[in-house]
Amino acid sequence: MINMTINNIKVAVKKNSTILHAANKIGIKIPTLCHMELSCFDIDHTTGSCRICVVEVEGRKNLAPACCTPVMEGMVVRTNTIRSINARRTLLDLLLSDHPKDCLTCEKNGNCELQKLAAEMDLHHVIYEGKQSTYDIDLSSKSIVRDLDKCIMCRRCETACNKMQTVGILSGVGRGFNAVVAPAAMRPLTDTKCTFCGQCVAVCPVGALTEMNYKYDVWRALNDKTKTVIVQTAPAVRVAIGEEFGMPPGSIATGKLVAGLKLLGFDKVFDTDFAADLTIMEETTELIERLTKKQNLPILTSCCPGWVKFLEHQFPELVYMPSTAKSPQQMFGAIAKSYFAEKIGKKPEEIIVVSVMPCLAKKYEASREEFSHNGVKDVDIVISTRELADMFKEAGILIDRLEPAEYDNPLGESTGAGVIFGASGGVLEAALRTAADWISGQDLPGIDFKAVRGLEGVKEATVNVAGIEVRAAVTSGLGNARKILEKIQKGEAHYDAIEIMACPGGCLNGGGQPYIHGNTSILEKRKNAIYQADERLTLRKSHQNPHIQKLYAEFLGKPGSHKAHELLHTHYTPRQDI
Amino acid sequence: MIDTPDKLYQLAEKLNKEKKASTRILISMGTCGIAAGGTPVVEAFRNEVAARKLESAVELVETGCMGICHCEPSIEVINTVDGTSIIYGDVKPDQAGAILDSASGTAAGSRVINRTWYYPEDEENKDGAIQARIVLRNCGRINPEKLNDYIARSGYQALAKVLTGMKPHEVILEVIESGLRGRGGGGFPTGKKWSFAAAQETSVKYLICNADEGDPGAFMDRAVLEGDPHSVLEAMAIGGYAIGAHTGYVYIRAEYPLAIQRLHIAIKQAEDAGLLGKNIMGTGFDFTIELKYGAGAFVCGEETALIHSIEGMRGEPTFKPPFPAVSGLWKAPTVVNNVETFANLAAIFRKGSAWFKKIGSANSSGTKVFALAGKVDKVGLVEVPMGTPLKDIIFGLGNGIKYGKQFKAVQTGGPSGGCIRADKIDTPIDYEALIGLGSMMGSGGMIVMDEDDCMVNIAKFFLQFTLDESCGKCTPCRIGNTRLHEMLESICNGNGTQDTLVKLKTLSNIIKDTALCGLGQTSPNPVLSTMANFPEEYQAHIKDHKCPAGACKNLISFVINDNCVGCTLCARNCPVACIAGERKSKHFIDQSKCIKCGVCYQTCKFHAIDRN
Amino acid sequence: MTCKCQDHEELNLLEQFPEKKVLLGSYLDSLPLGDDRERNRGFLIQSLHKAQNIFGYLPESVQLFVAGKLKLHLSEVYGVISFYHYFTTTPVGKYKINVCTGTACFVKGSGAVLDELKRYLNIEEGETSKDKKFSLGGLRCVGACSLAPVVMVNEKVYGNVTSKMVPEIISECK
Ligand SMILES: Cc1cc2nc3c(=O)[nH]c(=O)nc-3n(C[C@H](O)[C@H](O)[C@H](O)COP(=O)(O)O)c2cc1C
Ligand code: SF4
Ligand code: SF4
Ligand code: SF4
Ligand code: SF4
Ligand code: SF4
Ligand code: SF4
Ligand code: SF4
Ligand code: SF4
Ligand code: FES
Ligand code: FES
Ligand code: FES
Repeated sequence: MINMTINNIKVAVKKNSTILHAANKIGIKIPTLCHMELSCFDIDHTTGSCRICVVEVEGRKNLAPACCTPVMEGMVVRTNTIRSINARRTLLDLLLSDHPKDCLTCEKNGNCELQKLAAEMDLHHVIYEGKQSTYDIDLSSKSIVRDLDKCIMCRRCETACNKMQTVGILSGVGRGFNAVVAPAAMRPLTDTKCTFCGQCVAVCPVGALTEMNYKYDVWRALNDKTKTVIVQTAPAVRVAIGEEFGMPPGSIATGKLVAGLKLLGFDKVFDTDFAADLTIMEETTELIERLTKKQNLPILTSCCPGWVKFLEHQFPELVYMPSTAKSPQQMFGAIAKSYFAEKIGKKPEEIIVVSVMPCLAKKYEASREEFSHNGVKDVDIVISTRELADMFKEAGILIDRLEPAEYDNPLGESTGAGVIFGASGGVLEAALRTAADWISGQDLPGIDFKAVRGLEGVKEATVNVAGIEVRAAVTSGLGNARKILEKIQKGEAHYDAIEIMACPGGCLNGGGQPYIHGNTSILEKRKNAIYQADERLTLRKSHQNPHIQKLYAEFLGKPGSHKAHELLHTHYTPRQDI
Repeated sequence: MIDTPDKLYQLAEKLNKEKKASTRILISMGTCGIAAGGTPVVEAFRNEVAARKLESAVELVETGCMGICHCEPSIEVINTVDGTSIIYGDVKPDQAGAILDSASGTAAGSRVINRTWYYPEDEENKDGAIQARIVLRNCGRINPEKLNDYIARSGYQALAKVLTGMKPHEVILEVIESGLRGRGGGGFPTGKKWSFAAAQETSVKYLICNADEGDPGAFMDRAVLEGDPHSVLEAMAIGGYAIGAHTGYVYIRAEYPLAIQRLHIAIKQAEDAGLLGKNIMGTGFDFTIELKYGAGAFVCGEETALIHSIEGMRGEPTFKPPFPAVSGLWKAPTVVNNVETFANLAAIFRKGSAWFKKIGSANSSGTKVFALAGKVDKVGLVEVPMGTPLKDIIFGLGNGIKYGKQFKAVQTGGPSGGCIRADKIDTPIDYEALIGLGSMMGSGGMIVMDEDDCMVNIAKFFLQFTLDESCGKCTPCRIGNTRLHEMLESICNGNGTQDTLVKLKTLSNIIKDTALCGLGQTSPNPVLSTMANFPEEYQAHIKDHKCPAGACKNLISFVINDNCVGCTLCARNCPVACIAGERKSKHFIDQSKCIKCGVCYQTCKFHAIDRN
Repeated sequence: MTCKCQDHEELNLLEQFPEKKVLLGSYLDSLPLGDDRERNRGFLIQSLHKAQNIFGYLPESVQLFVAGKLKLHLSEVYGVISFYHYFTTTPVGKYKINVCTGTACFVKGSGAVLDELKRYLNIEEGETSKDKKFSLGGLRCVGACSLAPVVMVNEKVYGNVTSKMVPEIISECK
């Protein structure tokens, strides 16, 4: 332990801590902006670039940034001297002098760390005004908007994209006043190998990186009397949306969410979890086939479009590996516009499918050519958890106060297996539950495969599935995916089944979820909520979902049938590595 | 192959005993000498020697910078029999014959340079001379492309001594005792830096020579590398031995092609001779040196940025600690030292730390090389003991200001430094004294300014430099310096107010206090020092909307007065043809078209143009 | 969605000059590169120097080629190129005119010389004339401060330059 004094209070902290850690420990707040704690993902982000956290350290000539100055024995720190406060105010002043200050019309309004800082520091006017940097807004993609006029050069997105995801899109470009974080040659994102995972958006403290907004398209759809507008909600939405309405992190708000959607005016409120069960049916069929034939192993999950795009760009020679099963979102759309459409006697083009997703890549996924039939898209509009929360707020629907409601049928019923899709490890666990039953021909008890749960980046286990040893691996975060894929390429690792999720921790940490502002303990709470929701259910295996059974009986035949393939499977395309 | 230290000593002895040509002609062929026309001079001498069949009597040596920049191309003619020598400046190719023919005495029609200005004696401070040459001991004395020239002047003997007779910690102790401080600008004690790295218990360590020399207007390191590359290589091997590194890098700016070429040659020669590489001189010590190139970024002189640049990244500095000595290149302990720092070391080990400590001032031992430039009469590369008064350099060596103009200030420390007022000219130069004057030692650029230089404009110039060179990583430097520059611009345009001054000063101090690296931490120095030392000049811009030095274009105008005789010279020279007037009658300037280039002002022979 | 990487460049220099590609390729192959990206990265700057020597500038096709050999992302390579003033991604003129804007040259009036060059050539600093004959730039100290102000035209150094000498210097560029 290292002993030191902050504002005359003695504190002992672990070696290698920073002044910021030490101050936190005794409840002294030091403002930060560029800093971001990512140690739970084993990633270091210490740029020390904004300098907002400067404090006085005795014996040192200059002010020291608390976020990256390591503690030393006997160190004497003062965080609240007029010198450091003045310096911070001036630094904030400088940041604002090169900032559009468009808060009232900014996507990040109310959720912006710079705005909050300005409020806390109570800066009343900007003294050092001068020229501002301007860049073209990148509106090229379906997922992400880059408005670099608002960038404060914290470099968090660079860390997220390069160190955490290892996608390598974003780099510092230029220098001096003209320095900015951007793709090569300032290309628009669509001309890069961006996966649209949205992790850069999730960490950006300001409105420089935000999502492509489709709220207005939803409003318009809801007011189109000629259309049947149905909505699906992804597994991870229900454990996060409550945060936007003051519910404690980890609240399961499924019923309130459904109630809110009904109030918004959707004709039917369905659950992506239903489609998750459907995915398991198809994927498990494929898994068992590959396992028994010992062909084409390992099988890789394919429900995360961020991960799929990563593979297509960066490991094009492995595109044969993922399951050909579409993601739950797309399966839902396909079934809604065929099976469900038939049921209600509508043409596919008379139905509008809206998805509420924790994800930004899903917006891009829905636009992929593979996912439309005769010019009709499987999924029409994708909004994020955050966007839905905004719509609720705009409509005056405070879901925390609503009585829970139930999903509609037939596409609303799901099992626990579908629920856990939202957490890293969930897809694989769901598949194994079904595989075990199918292989053994029994309804096996003991269905929790806990070895694959948790937020760690790479989880490995050999699981006994009804007598067959399945070498399984679960990874989340594309950096971890890269590690595993490289091992497979080199022949250093041998697996039968691998689940890969682009976002560290899985969809509960998706790029469209409510901002956590660096508080990663929220992720842990969301994860626990998901497994709780699973345990509460009586049906926890996909193949036991009665509506799924009915769907196959009435419409698809059996898993892997010709019709299932036509509607529920896809293919992957090697893409150039730019 | 020199596979024992003894062979090195024997070779040196043999080289010194060899019968020499009776005349040795040294021709200064650094980048500067070549630019000034050195190549045809060498050519002419070669032809004239051949014409006179003097090949065995006259030895022509292409050497590095002699430092007499104001009269390049320069040569030194040494009579090796009696040891006398004459230095000629401004040598033209057609003078070669006459110089060769003037067996004794000086050649007619040529310019002879006074020895007290240029005192190329070896490593000692001779009475009456202002200069003392330790760092530049071989510059202008040897052919830098010949290893034997270096060996003949005791080259690699310090390394031999260290490798055979001293333990690494003794080497470090010797450096500590010498009091040598880093010449890269900060003045950090070199021995202490080495001891930090030596204390790290890792098998891989690195030693880096910082040859980025980014200070605009400074060219000391280039002169050393072009004129005496082996002195740096030898010292790097010593440093490597002391800290336990086996790989060294020279990080050199790409703008120095000649230095790069000479380093390449020197490394190859030393490796072939067994003085670098595996098992140096049979002592079992391995040390290899590689070159790494900069690519036009001043901030890469900062050591963490330099390390990132070698690693192939953007040259953005990172926060210290950890210091490079603990975690540097590829996270291994790394020592970064400046070229000039290294160039001192061989002499220290040959002559002992006590000898070195006697030279210079109490807190700063040894000498410092300065690139004396600007409005001074005799521009040059000078090496003086620490503690030498500024006056001796500017007036003693530099011969004061050109064209009889008034000396106004001297700028030291480059973009990190400040402008020292004429009345502080007696200050003896060392690290602390210059900081006391609000400036810095810096790397050794010394720019002399006269009455025509506007101090606000100079501050703006340095700020512009900082803006161009800032990496843009941290807020105070990226945005703060931009704002400082804007404020200076407004003052230079006559839009400044007293409030601008207050803001300038406040923001300057906060940038110094909060910037991430040395660049930002010192970038406001030129502003603060000019504000403190020349307040009246700032006031003239603000209150009177005048630029007393006549440098700020928006505050001046050129007007033709009644002295005009109508000679039309100005009208013919004006680049935008905005001067009109009949021959032999008074001319007029169309103020709306005038771009204030000042050409007319300079060309009029009748003092008929006023600059207001 | 198809890749548009080649749309950004009118000419793919690698395809246009196969012999230059071979030259660069064999240089890159001579480097001790491996799977460790961080180690490979240590050769990036020298590789870019080499590439710029061969091609004159660093268009995207060349960047991609270098990135591929070093197993680096294009964005990383571009980030480095855009940081260092020495590297350029656009073709430069036949005559590179660089005015020293170092301190010594500045106090001796290099600003006026630069202004006159801009006016005379009708291009800004950092630009190339339409006929691709001249590029104008600033340069920080070539170490010939004794000759200040200094103008470099390609490798040739002009010393003690005044605005008046500008037409003469340009006329020497044939
Ligand atoms: C912006 C900046 C530029 C620098 N440029 C140089 C340089 O060009 N050459 C140099 O030797 N040191 C330069 N330094 C100092 C180096 O960071 C480092 O302190 C020095 O090389 C250490 O060598 P020394 O201890 O021998 O002086 C620079 C520092 C800063 C902050
Ligand atoms: S980024 Fe933040 S501070 Fe900037 S305009 Fe948007 S909300 Fe306001
Ligand atoms: S805080 Fe001020 S600017 Fe913002 S909405 Fe309220 S009154 Fe308007
Ligand atoms: S969305 Fe993901 S891949 Fe794309 S830039 Fe952001 S972090 Fe990188
Ligand atoms: S875009 Fe956002 S995350 Fe990226 S550097 Fe700018 S402010 Fe930071
Ligand atoms: S992990 Fe989930 S949220 Fe993240 S990209 Fe994949 S599907 Fe989207
Ligand atoms: S002070 Fe300037 S050069 Fe140094 S890190 Fe900050 S922005 Fe970069
Ligand atoms: S200052 Fe220049 S532009 Fe103005 S009149 Fe004189 S020569 Fe012409
Ligand atoms: S050069 Fe002088 S004297 Fe001649 S016309 Fe011009 S102002 Fe008159
Ligand atoms: S929060 Fe510490 S420097 Fe930005
Ligand atoms: S003569 Fe070369 S530095 Fe002056
Ligand atoms: S400042 Fe121009 S050559 Fe040095």
